[in-house]
Amino acid sequence: MITAPYWRAPVSVTRVMGWVLLALIPAIVLHVIFFGPVLLAQLLLASVAAVAVEALLLWVRRRPVVSAITDLSALVTAWLLVLALPATVPWWLTLLGIVIAIGVAKQLYGGIGQNPFNPAMVAFAALIVSFPAELSRWPLPTTPVAWQWASFLGTPNVDALASATVLDTLRTAVHSGQAVSELLGRSPVFGTLSGAGYEWIAVAFLAGGLLLWLRGIIPGRLPFAFLLTLGVLSTLAWLVAPERFAPPWVHLFAYSTMLAAFFIITDPVSGVVTPRGQWVFAAGAALLVFLIRHFGQFPDGVAFAVLLMNLAAPWIEMKTQPRVFGEDHP
Amino acid sequence: MRWFSWLTSSAANTLVDPVSGRKLYPIDGGIAFADYHKQETADIPIRNVAMPSHYIVPLRVNPRFTARPIVDIGARVRKGEKIGESEGKFGVAVHAPTSGVIRDLGQYPMTHVSGLPALAYFIEPDGKDEAIEPTPYRGACDDTDRIRDFLQQMGLAGLGGAAFPSHAKVASSPVKTLIINGAECEPWITCDDRLMREHASEIVAGACDLAAAIHAQEILIGIEDNKPQAIAAMQAAAANHGTVTVVAIPTIYPAGGEKQLIERLTGIEVPYGHLSAEFGVLVFNVGTARAVHRALTYGEPLLERVVTLTGAADNPGNRWVRIGHPIAELIPEMAPKPEVDRYLLGGPMTGFAIPDLDAPILKGSNCIIAASPALFPPPPPEQPCIRCGACAPVCPARLEPMELYWFARAQQFGKAQEFHLFDCIECGCCAYVCPAHIPLVDYYRYAKSEIWEREREKSKAQQSKARFEFRNYRLEREKAEKAARAAAKAAETKRRLEAQAQESHAEATASGTNDRDGAASPSAPDANDAAARKKALVEAALARARAKRAAEATEPSGENRE
Ligand code: SF4
Ligand code: SF4
Repeated sequence: MITAPYWRAPVSVTRVMGWVLLALIPAIVLHVIFFGPVLLAQLLLASVAAVAVEALLLWVRRRPVVSAITDLSALVTAWLLVLALPATVPWWLTLLGIVIAIGVAKQLYGGIGQNPFNPAMVAFAALIVSFPAELSRWPLPTTPVAWQWASFLGTPNVDALASATVLDTLRTAVHSGQAVSELLGRSPVFGTLSGAGYEWIAVAFLAGGLLLWLRGIIPGRLPFAFLLTLGVLSTLAWLVAPERFAPPWVHLFAYSTMLAAFFIITDPVSGVVTPRGQWVFAAGAALLVFLIRHFGQFPDGVAFAVLLMNLAAPWIEMKTQPRVFGEDHP
Repeated sequence: MRWFSWLTSSAANTLVDPVSGRKLYPIDGGIAFADYHKQETADIPIRNVAMPSHYIVPLRVNPRFTARPIVDIGARVRKGEKIGESEGKFGVAVHAPTSGVIRDLGQYPMTHVSGLPALAYFIEPDGKDEAIEPTPYRGACDDTDRIRDFLQQMGLAGLGGAAFPSHAKVASSPVKTLIINGAECEPWITCDDRLMREHASEIVAGACDLAAAIHAQEILIGIEDNKPQAIAAMQAAAANHGTVTVVAIPTIYPAGGEKQLIERLTGIEVPYGHLSAEFGVLVFNVGTARAVHRALTYGEPLLERVVTLTGAADNPGNRWVRIGHPIAELIPEMAPKPEVDRYLLGGPMTGFAIPDLDAPILKGSNCIIAASPALFPPPPPEQPCIRCGACAPVCPARLEPMELYWFARAQQFGKAQEFHLFDCIECGCCAYVCPAHIPLVDYYRYAKSEIWEREREKSKAQQSKARFEFRNYRLEREKAEKAARAAAKAAETKRRLEAQAQESHAEATASGTNDRDGAASPSAPDANDAAARKKALVEAALARARAKRAAEATEPSGENRE
């Protein structure tokens, strides 16, 4: 028997996921404008692979396939993984990432809603550990499209046409004794605020994220707390030791920062649902990102920071239960 | 950490009602619907309905009480005549809705989710609608006890939906603030709106009567601000009453929930398991307030109420309907459209599909919606929870619906209770917004009923243990009594024999014959007697101890869930 409520808001998982995909489009468009169409090939490959892997595993697990495919969650994971990786990684690497994200991190844990870790970040972390070289070759706005295609197909002939990210470049330089000021603006990697080209894509992530926030799909406190914490930490560090630490705007407008703030840490399944817990979760992720960027061994810290916070999420949630109506009221 | 919770909670924004200038307190969660569907009925005056072929007047007036039938089958009754006797704390008297003949007393389908039948009178009207001589209230207006008894005799119960006995609320006085609930926050329903527009002064008079009875110092009438005409009418009626304030509250479902309204107007959060009177507040529905006035002033028992007939219908609107009117005979009033596939009682958020249309209108039946698949489409298939968190911020009880869902589903009822399952007021806001279309409230109802079932099982086990022990005690007691009786009988025999012996001895002495046997024979029962008496005493003591234990074992199960 159908029971109350007999009314439902016109919402669905498909709509939620659809809005997330839509919010990524400005960034994708800018990416294509700056770097050419390779990204589109990556997205297409990843989308097809994600749906195929998801359908196959659902079929094996004897779960309804159609409703799970049409919820678009596999596409969201696929697109986020592609955007987290350099657009020029070889195709097989993208494919492997999808198998890890959808097959292992999502379906092995029981499908949508069950995964304790962010699937895209699990795949990214696995890939960066296994293929650090491929994952630190980011195309520059000057990188010829032909080279990008070659790289995508797995046959790059000249290596030097792509480079590390801004933060990676700075970190390596500082480790080898150079001062930050010597580098800023001197390398083709740098743009106005942060990475050349990438900084504008970061702004597009911000715009898409604001759209999601306005639509009520993501809580504003997550990106706010994340960016605030990262901003405060990087400002303090930079004021104390400007030669060792990048200025805050380099951090904030880094491509990975904005992607994480609005699209990665806002993944609800592996995150925290209590309001106070979300402040802790986002601030904690930002702190870890900052630490790993400066003191870790990997080019970027977002994936590991998010996975560590995923690990802590149940505990954070338990400690931040809201006060129930009427409970210890003054 | 104060600033922290300040920052993260809605407590930061203060609201002031522009109508009364009163401070309003923030309430949590809730939903502002795009379309309340009140316009279909709100502007049509309340009309009367034709007399039905029969009335089914339930004696089961609330979940805790069934009135005692006091009229025989075949008897003629008149309108307002008492036909069901009220007893005890939650009892409410039952009255005949019109003049006619009692045709039956039996189990009839009830207007309840379960559709389970309940004891009711079947009355066939004679069409004359003759009423008994009314007996208005003659006591002092602040005599709480007399008013309480009077309201109980007049069958007063909450017209807001729950049909809670009004006198039971009055009994829990004194309170400081009397709140009259005219919020009517649920979509579609407009019966209170109409009543306020048409009978504002009677509502205000009833509110003043109630305030006097419970010694309240202030009266707040809370009305959602989507009913400007009702607010204006009530303000005009309250103009001459200094203690009455009409407060316009923001329109958000479920602002008219008793706890939400109290919080909105006073800032007091009444926790689960507590009565608002403990916090100095009592809430009555506007319809109840008017019925109280009619009862006290004109001696009218609660016989009718306003029912909203709406939905997919050509002739919607509000109607005066007597309690006991069969729903099947009310539905043609609104001329339902052909596509109607079921009828809902109450609103779309908390109502239920009426299982049996032969069931009657009850005191709490506020609205009948003719539901069609177009108006209330079947729910899309349930999908797994994506933990999107959409359900938490709309929860007025500040619960975490997805956690409750998880625990209910996993049958971890202890955990569910730890996460305050019983604080859930089943408002349905969480299910309304869930993108995975999970019927969340169903899971909570299921978990609650499972927990109750288990507690009942437990108390049943305790009861049967107590019964067993009581039986043992009874057997022992009977044995002891038997022994005591035997002992008494033996003693009696002995005395008689002794007396006989004495007599015969005297006779013998007198006659000179020495009957030795006669004197020797009683000595045997004498020895037996002492042993039996001792045994009886020991057994009685044992039985007393056992009885005490049995009583202790019964006690916890005696505490009923309120
Ligand atoms: S709204 Fe539904 S899907 Fe979202 S967290 Fe709540 S129960 Fe889960
Ligand atoms: S039904 Fe219960 S859990 Fe859901 S929003 Fe209402 S009070 Fe909260």
